[in-house]
Amino acid sequence: MSDQSPNQCMIRVENLTKMFGAFTAVRDISFEIQRAEIVAFLGPNGAGKTTTIKMLTTLLRPTSGRMQLDGLDPALQPNEVRSRFGIVFQDPSLDDELTAQENMEIHGALFKVPRHTRAARIEKLLRLFELWDRRREPAKRFSGGMRRRLEIARGLLHTPRILFLDEPTLGLDPQTRNQLWTQVRKLNEEEGVTIFLTTHYMEEAERVAQRVLIIDGGRIIAQGSPRELNERTGAQTLEGAFLALTGTTIREEEFSSADRMRQMARVWRR
Amino acid sequence: MLNVIYILWLRQLKRYMRSRARVISSLAQPLLYLLGMGYGLGPVFQKAGMGSYLQFIAPGLIAMTILFTSVFSGIELIMDRQFGFLKETLVAPVPRLWIILGRILGGATVALLQGLLFLLVCLIAGYRWQALGTLPAFLIMAEIGILFCALGSAIGSVLSDMQGFQLIMGFLVMPLFFLSGAMFPLSNLPKPLTLLTSLDPLSYGVDGLRHCLNGVAHFGLATDLLVLSLVAAALVALSSYLFSRIQV
Repeated sequence: MSDQSPNQCMIRVENLTKMFGAFTAVRDISFEIQRAEIVAFLGPNGAGKTTTIKMLTTLLRPTSGRMQLDGLDPALQPNEVRSRFGIVFQDPSLDDELTAQENMEIHGALFKVPRHTRAARIEKLLRLFELWDRRREPAKRFSGGMRRRLEIARGLLHTPRILFLDEPTLGLDPQTRNQLWTQVRKLNEEEGVTIFLTTHYMEEAERVAQRVLIIDGGRIIAQGSPRELNERTGAQTLEGAFLALTGTTIREEEFSSADRMRQMARVWRR
Repeated sequence: MLNVIYILWLRQLKRYMRSRARVISSLAQPLLYLLGMGYGLGPVFQKAGMGSYLQFIAPGLIAMTILFTSVFSGIELIMDRQFGFLKETLVAPVPRLWIILGRILGGATVALLQGLLFLLVCLIAGYRWQALGTLPAFLIMAEIGILFCALGSAIGSVLSDMQGFQLIMGFLVMPLFFLSGAMFPLSNLPKPLTLLTSLDPLSYGVDGLRHCLNGVAHFGLATDLLVLSLVAAALVALSSYLFSRIQV
C-alpha cells in the first residue's frame, strides 16, 4: 500500500541510465520528488528530458538504475504504476477522427474509470478546460490550444497522483498558456496532484514550479528552487540561471515533430 | 478486459464509418479485377470448358478485399505510432494483449464489412451464390480478417515508418494473393507451384469461400477451417508478443 503522508516520496530515481547503442541519452541520474510538488525538469534540446519521462512512464526500459513511482517499481509493476500517473506527451496523442468526448471515453475505458462515475468525471473535466460545448466535434477541428487542453483533461480523467507534462504549452498563444498553467496549479493545490513538467519557456517554469531540475548531456547538473538557482548563478531570472549553467552553445539533435511545432510557434509569434 | 477490447474495437469501426474515401478506395482494386478479369478473361475461361469466370473469381476477389483491408490495420498501427495515439494505449494500465486483441478484432470486423460490401457488388455484377453457404462463408471471411489483421499488426509492431511497411506489403501481400488460387484453379498446377499455393494461408480462405458460396472445393472445408484457425492463432500470438515489446 502507498503511504499517504504529505511528505511521501512520489518519484524516486536512482542512478538511472539509458543508452541507445553507443549513445548515452541519460547518464546515472538520481532525484526525488515529494507528493504535491510541482517540479520543472529543464534542459536544452536532446538533454534527456523526454527519455527520462519515457522511462518513468514505462514507455522505455532503462539500461540500468532504479525508479519508483508512488512506491512502485515500473519495471516490476508496470500496470499498477500506469494507473498512478497521467501524461501529456510532447507530441499530440489524440485520435483526430474521434470527438473530444470519444477520446475521453476511450481513455476512461483503458484506465478503468468506473462506468458509473465516468460520464460525470468527463463532464467535470471538459467543463473545467472549457471544452464541454465542443465535446461532439472531432479533435481534428480543434485549435492547438484546445487539443492541449483536451489532452490534459484526458490525462486527469483517472484521477492520477502524478501528472507528467512534457512541453505542454508548445506552440500555444500566451492566453492559452496562462489559462493552462492556472488550471494546472489549481489541480495541484486542490487535489494534491504531483506535477513533473518540462518546458522551454523559462518564465513559465519560474512562475509555476516550486523546484527545478536542470539536465544537460544526460546528467543532472543543478537542482533547487528558481530563487536558489538565481542566487547560485547570480542571475536575475531563471532563464539567466539556465544559460549560466548550460552555456549558450546551440545543441544539435534530430529534427522531430516537436521541433516543427516550435518552429511554427516562432513564426506565429513574429 | 472485454471493456478495453470493446472500446478499441469500436474505435476502429467509428474510424471506418467516418471515412467514405477509405470505403470506396478499398473496393476500387477488387472491382477493377472483377470487371477487367471477370469480363475480359471470361470468354477464354468458358471456351476451355471451365464455366463462368465471374463465378470462379468472385470468392477470390472477396478474399482479396478482406486481405487488403486487414493488412491496412498494420498501417493504422504505424500511423498511430507516428501521430501519437499509440502512446496513449501503451501507457494504459492494461495488458498489451487486450489492446492488440481490440485492434485485431476491430480491423477484422472492418475487413468483414468490406468483404460483405464487395459480395454485394459481385451480386450486382451478375454473380450467383449458394444462399445456404452464407453463414459458414461469414466464418471464413472473419477468419481471413483475423489472420491478416494479426499479420499486419505483427509487421506494424516492428516497423516505425510507412515506407518500410509498404515495401514489405508489396513483397508479401501481392504474392499471397496471386498464389492463393483466387485467379486460377489449384488443380493440375506444376509441383513447385502446388507447394507454394499450399503454403499460402489465403489459399485456404479462398477455397473455403469457394466451397461455401459456389459449392466447389479443393482442400475441403474442414481443412480450410483448421488451417485458417491454426495460422490465425499463431499470428495473433506473434503479433501480441511483438506488440508487447514496442518501445516508443
